[in-house]
Amino acid sequence: MSPWIVGFTVFFGYPLVSSAYLSLTHYDLLSAPRWVGLANYRFLFEQDQQVWPAVRNTLWLMAFAVPLQVLFAFGVALMLTRARRGVGFFRTVFYLPALAPPVAATLGFVYLLNPATGPVNVILGHLGIEGPLWFNSPTWSKPSLVLLGMWGVGNLMIIFLAALIDVPRHLYESALIDGAGPFQRLRWVTLPTISPVILFAVVIGVIESLQYFTQAYVAASIATGQAASESAVNLGYPENSTLFYPVLLYTQGFRYFNMGYASAMAMLLLAVALTITLLILRSSRLWVFYQGAGRR
Amino acid sequence: MSPRRKKFLIAVADHSLLIVAAIMFLAPFVFIVLTSLMTNDQALSSRLWPDPFQWGNFAEVFHTAPIWRYAFNTTIYAVLATIGVLVSSIPVAYALSRLRWRGRDVAFILVLVAMMLPFQVTVVPVYVLFSKLHLVGSLWPLIIPNFLGDAFSIFLLRQFFMTIPEEYADAARVDGCGELRILVSVFLRLAKPAIAAVALFEFLFCFNDFFGPLLYTSEDPSNWTLSLGLAQFRTIYQVQWNLTMAATLLFMAPVIVLFFLAQRAFVEGVTLTGVKG
Repeated sequence: MSPWIVGFTVFFGYPLVSSAYLSLTHYDLLSAPRWVGLANYRFLFEQDQQVWPAVRNTLWLMAFAVPLQVLFAFGVALMLTRARRGVGFFRTVFYLPALAPPVAATLGFVYLLNPATGPVNVILGHLGIEGPLWFNSPTWSKPSLVLLGMWGVGNLMIIFLAALIDVPRHLYESALIDGAGPFQRLRWVTLPTISPVILFAVVIGVIESLQYFTQAYVAASIATGQAASESAVNLGYPENSTLFYPVLLYTQGFRYFNMGYASAMAMLLLAVALTITLLILRSSRLWVFYQGAGRR
Repeated sequence: MSPRRKKFLIAVADHSLLIVAAIMFLAPFVFIVLTSLMTNDQALSSRLWPDPFQWGNFAEVFHTAPIWRYAFNTTIYAVLATIGVLVSSIPVAYALSRLRWRGRDVAFILVLVAMMLPFQVTVVPVYVLFSKLHLVGSLWPLIIPNFLGDAFSIFLLRQFFMTIPEEYADAARVDGCGELRILVSVFLRLAKPAIAAVALFEFLFCFNDFFGPLLYTSEDPSNWTLSLGLAQFRTIYQVQWNLTMAATLLFMAPVIVLFFLAQRAFVEGVTLTGVKG
């Protein structure tokens, strides 16, 4: 137990307290922290031109990417349970992209979607459609990231698949006897039974979108053609459309070394993360159905 | 139409949606492979099929960037971190699931909180700490924290330990085993799938990790990992898409090979995270 208590204190308890303190100071790592009161927060809420785009982009991710990915993973899993042949093969195909390291997957997608010669736009061109600029367009950069996310939805799909297989067969049988059609069986048998797993998927999705960094950062830096370590200039390329909250936090803290300001951003993130998680868990009582007495 | 052919076509029609989806999931891999075999001129044209196939691209990648160096750093990071997580998390998970002590429930809630919170919340002070220890630029800031426990692994192992019947431990106690011996000879043996899953996840996490290496090793290219090196690949060396895609494939390959070697551990592990929660 003790090494963990040490670890917990050093890498979690202390940083949390220290973050709170640093958020009230000006600190550049070279000289000692200088007390500035609430100035960081005032700048955060009132002056920083980049905070609002970053917050809006992150909220966008939660509102569109998370539900889309959950729905998509669920749909694919549902199709797999219906399949009679080659289930193992299909499962592997759908799971494989989830294994691709995020940096590699992002690079692949920036290439696939590159506007002039990327295979996607070439194929669209053959079909007579003029493809968008994808990662180079402020309108299409986030949808491109969503596509990338949907490609890597394998883990969620496996979880849904396991849950779907676990739905007791007798429930379907009695629904069938009561004359329920396929849609009704889905609505009144499948969905309630696996609702805890849906909750799990939504919570994980929201937490992940609060931390969304690698794909946005790599995509922006590759699409601009700049070295990833020097991309602070092109932050959120194009036009702040991929500037997510964690990207801004990273830039403020570790490119500009505004440690105090980055800490204030971290505190806001903490508050938001706690609030959202609590809200989802609260609301879950209305729609999540636990079989029997409680959780398995 | 022969009956066999008819049967085949019916099966295809029956699974048409799945087949379309499967093609879309495979297409990115196919195009990445095709591009990695093109000459640079072809990669910059709108042709999709390489002609001629330029197999030398893969060798070229190794000349363009210090891939072996990156692979070595990645291995060091992933192996040491995995060992660290196992050594530190197994005893904690055991204590949280099997031993009775005051504050156990509070400790478990803290694990859950630590697991749920975005890591960015604590990143500044941890960075400051490592910077004061003059370890920024090395791989150590990535490795050391793992030896002090990892919330997700602790949670996963604890959930699995909870499912092991108490009677096994009692039987061992009657036979005169101490707690340490019970942990080692009873629990570790029974919990093999969970331990394999935790090790696998940690290894993959490190192999894929971009934020950690970017944060701590950016300033010293000799400590870059594969993910960091690859992210810089196209831009620093001014190389072409064909080589970039070849490098991307080389980076994906170990994980995919690992998957086919340990497919069961993967699927069981992923399921464990979702269903046992």
